[in-house]
Amino acid sequence: MTEPLLSIEGLKTHFFGYDGLVRAVDGVDLEVNPGEVLGLVGESGCGKTVTALSVMRLVDAPGRIVGGTIRFDRRDLLSLSASEMAQVRGAEIAMIFQQPKVSLNPVMRVGRQIAEQFIRRRGMDEAAAWKEAIGLLAAVGIPAPEAKARAYPHELSGGQAQRVMIAIALSLKPKLLIADEPTTALDVTVQAQVLALLRERCKALGTSLILVTHDLGVVAQVADRVAVMYAGQVVEQAPVERLFEAPEHPYTRGLLGSIPVLGALKPRLVEIPGNVPTLDGVSVGCRFAARCGERLRVGSRCETEAPPVIARGPGLQVRCWLADPAAADKERALA
Amino acid sequence: MSSLALERAVEARAVIRRAGWRWTLRQLFRKRTALIGGAVVLFLIVCALWAPDFVPYDPFKVNTLNRLKPPSAAHWLGTDELGRDLLSRVLIGARFFVLVCLISVSIAASVGVFLGLIAGSGPSWLDVAVMRVIDVMLAFPYILLTLAIIAILGPSLWMAMISVGIAGIPGYARLVRGEVLAVKQEEYVEAMRALGAGPAAIMVRAILPNVASSIIIYMSFQMPLAVLAAAALSFLGLGAQPPLPEWGAMLVNARTFLRTAWWTSAAPGLAIFVSILALNLLGNALRDVLDPKSK
Amino acid sequence: MNAAIDLDADALIKVERLSAHFPVKSGFFGRPSAWIRAVDEVSLAIRKRETLGLVGESGCGKSTLGRTILALRRANGGSVHFEEKSVLDLPPEDLKALRRHMQLVFQDPFASLNPRETVGRAVRTALDLHKIGTARERTDAVSEIFRQVGLHPALMDRFPHEFSGGQRQRVGIARAIVLRPKFLVCDEPVSALDVSIQAQILNLLKDLQQQLGLTYLFISHNLAIVEHMADRVAVMYYGRIVEIARRDELYARPRHPYTKALFAAVPIPNPRQRTLDIQMRGDPPDPTRMPSGCRFRNRCPYAMDRCAQEEPALIEMAPDHRVACWLDS
Repeated sequence: MTEPLLSIEGLKTHFFGYDGLVRAVDGVDLEVNPGEVLGLVGESGCGKTVTALSVMRLVDAPGRIVGGTIRFDRRDLLSLSASEMAQVRGAEIAMIFQQPKVSLNPVMRVGRQIAEQFIRRRGMDEAAAWKEAIGLLAAVGIPAPEAKARAYPHELSGGQAQRVMIAIALSLKPKLLIADEPTTALDVTVQAQVLALLRERCKALGTSLILVTHDLGVVAQVADRVAVMYAGQVVEQAPVERLFEAPEHPYTRGLLGSIPVLGALKPRLVEIPGNVPTLDGVSVGCRFAARCGERLRVGSRCETEAPPVIARGPGLQVRCWLADPAAADKERALA
Repeated sequence: MSSLALERAVEARAVIRRAGWRWTLRQLFRKRTALIGGAVVLFLIVCALWAPDFVPYDPFKVNTLNRLKPPSAAHWLGTDELGRDLLSRVLIGARFFVLVCLISVSIAASVGVFLGLIAGSGPSWLDVAVMRVIDVMLAFPYILLTLAIIAILGPSLWMAMISVGIAGIPGYARLVRGEVLAVKQEEYVEAMRALGAGPAAIMVRAILPNVASSIIIYMSFQMPLAVLAAAALSFLGLGAQPPLPEWGAMLVNARTFLRTAWWTSAAPGLAIFVSILALNLLGNALRDVLDPKSK
Repeated sequence: MNAAIDLDADALIKVERLSAHFPVKSGFFGRPSAWIRAVDEVSLAIRKRETLGLVGESGCGKSTLGRTILALRRANGGSVHFEEKSVLDLPPEDLKALRRHMQLVFQDPFASLNPRETVGRAVRTALDLHKIGTARERTDAVSEIFRQVGLHPALMDRFPHEFSGGQRQRVGIARAIVLRPKFLVCDEPVSALDVSIQAQILNLLKDLQQQLGLTYLFISHNLAIVEHMADRVAVMYYGRIVEIARRDELYARPRHPYTKALFAAVPIPNPRQRTLDIQMRGDPPDPTRMPSGCRFRNRCPYAMDRCAQEEPALIEMAPDHRVACWLDS
């Protein structure tokens, strides 16, 4: 087996806010292999974005990484100095965000914003950098790239702006790209184009991709492997086909049952009762227990003891007592 | 605690109201700056109401034997050129400070808010008409505008307060108009229209409650400016006239003795400084509590 | 056009050649320099107790159409009838009376509730405005409606920020149905909610429709959700309905190239069905400068000469299936 490009172990990022402590990320284990697309799925507040920002070490106060390790390409990212980390950002790990227009500098031509990377980080001269920039714009499918390179961000459509962001992010051929809800602000038709582009460019450059999203459809279309997050933890990790065909965690099952699927009418959608949890308290048992319909199959253990990460096969991990072999025995005994 | 219990605990905590006056006050009391500012303001109000009952000396009593005495055990803040006790005068002067706050701010706020409301919610011709008048008023520098009004009304403390109040109108009007226009765009206003609400119901139930906190915040910042302006007018001899112990007027007298008897200007100067600081501290705290965007 | 066909006998809402325009970019003297035709001569009918799904991408005018039907914004032409009664240009009192029967559920459950009003009061406002019942009866009615939308009546005295998005949306729905309307415009009612909460709200809307005999105009950009909710579906593109048909028919046999492109672009949550086809070229057009003829022709893979010259009308190509495309005629 190859060594993973990125491996996160026991990551904890907490926010020491005005109203108390919020454990946004509370013990996340993740691995990303070279060239792989990892889908990081979850609902608002589950910690998926904070996990991504932690990898970039871009968590702003009052948030702080309080525990765990992040190993990237044989280095411990959390022990790098600020200037060493700045070298890693952009050149080795790049990130794109949900709102491309906010991420672009509004008073600088887009070609210049791409060329800047080459001038500052690669020491190219202006003319060469500009040529590179135009080449990149063409590579991300911007029509008439020479003309568009001279445009300002407000002259671009949302889809074009996201393409430009992808061009900038991939300009230095990073080993890892983190895309945080890159198509959520875009229309379906444009989303499809941008997703296809993202996947194609990453495969072409051999760049690994962490695709952070709430959209299970997007994950199914793009990811090789999926990690499902709930309440600051990864509750299930599996190869994409396995996850969609045989989800193991009740939360994953609930999510898949709750979305209408085009061309596969369901008489009634499965509801996950209750609300998305806030993370400002201490919990002892399983974090999903209060909303879990399958809690009774295990018994009171779910409420008193937090389930560990249980390996169920190659690349398949579940954080649920149901996956515990002992629980299966107990269930059989009860039946 | 199990996660079920956790959820219940979270719910129980959510019961604490995050709106309403009681909540606002409780939040304010949690801030040290608000407590300090509030204590000073409270002291000023107490002075304004009952200072004559507890001042050590008669603030108007002239005692030429005791002229320009530096601070001492008998006269904590010293005496002025007519031998009057400065501490007593400063404490009595709080009355004018509070009066200026009340009169000028209530004139500015009541007229300004009214104009802002009709400009923001009325027909567009009215909006244009009101805002052009406001623009003209804003085109004058603040102090020049008050001077012009004093020139018409004649110099006295009352006229100073009124002119400061009038000069403050445009600020309120512009703020309220902008806020009303913004709130009118909100979806909950559209929801009320969808339910069949007319302009009056929308004004009372949706617009006013949402504009109120902005007005309060603005008021708390405008108040010290109004007091400073009134003090400045007195300093220019256009407001309170001697022998009234208004702090601005006291500064005028003290100016002559700036080198020989520093305490004569220090006493009213410090009083102005501390009160304005208190108002600002309170205003800042109030803004933090009422305006979630500033957090 | 084909307004005549739309006059279904059992239509609750009839929309004929309805237009709504927005001025853009005020010039130096505040004169509009251009107009966006957000809704451009749209005709459709919504039958009693059915759900008409309205799909389209952002900026296609679907929200504006919903609000214009409810007379919440001014129409620039055309008519809307609710049970034979003309909705537009009613005197204020008649319009107020009519509002009891047609309501709106908003997309954003955070913006659509007044932050300084308890949720109970937000719902009760409707009863107050229409002077329905005594004070006691109003309170009872609000408790009852709270129960109906799955909220505990004890929550009435709380403020909106104390609720999660899903609960707020329930409040929004309670407010919309407390007057017992017949017609509800649901404007992207779940797109601001978390995935695990969306199902709760969609199920609730379906249940309420059954219990109260409601008619829905269900606006969404999500084709899968519309398929789940709607009986008939209309596809909108920049102010125009380009295709309208029964749901099963439309989803089985989409005819308009835009509808087809939309379907192809939907990311299906099945990794064995990877269909990120790119059937549509380019980005959405500038709404102030629409192409001549068919507005989709710049992005259409099948565009012909005729498409640039004439705008295709919405024509019935199969029973209850109308399409506006030259390719099909």
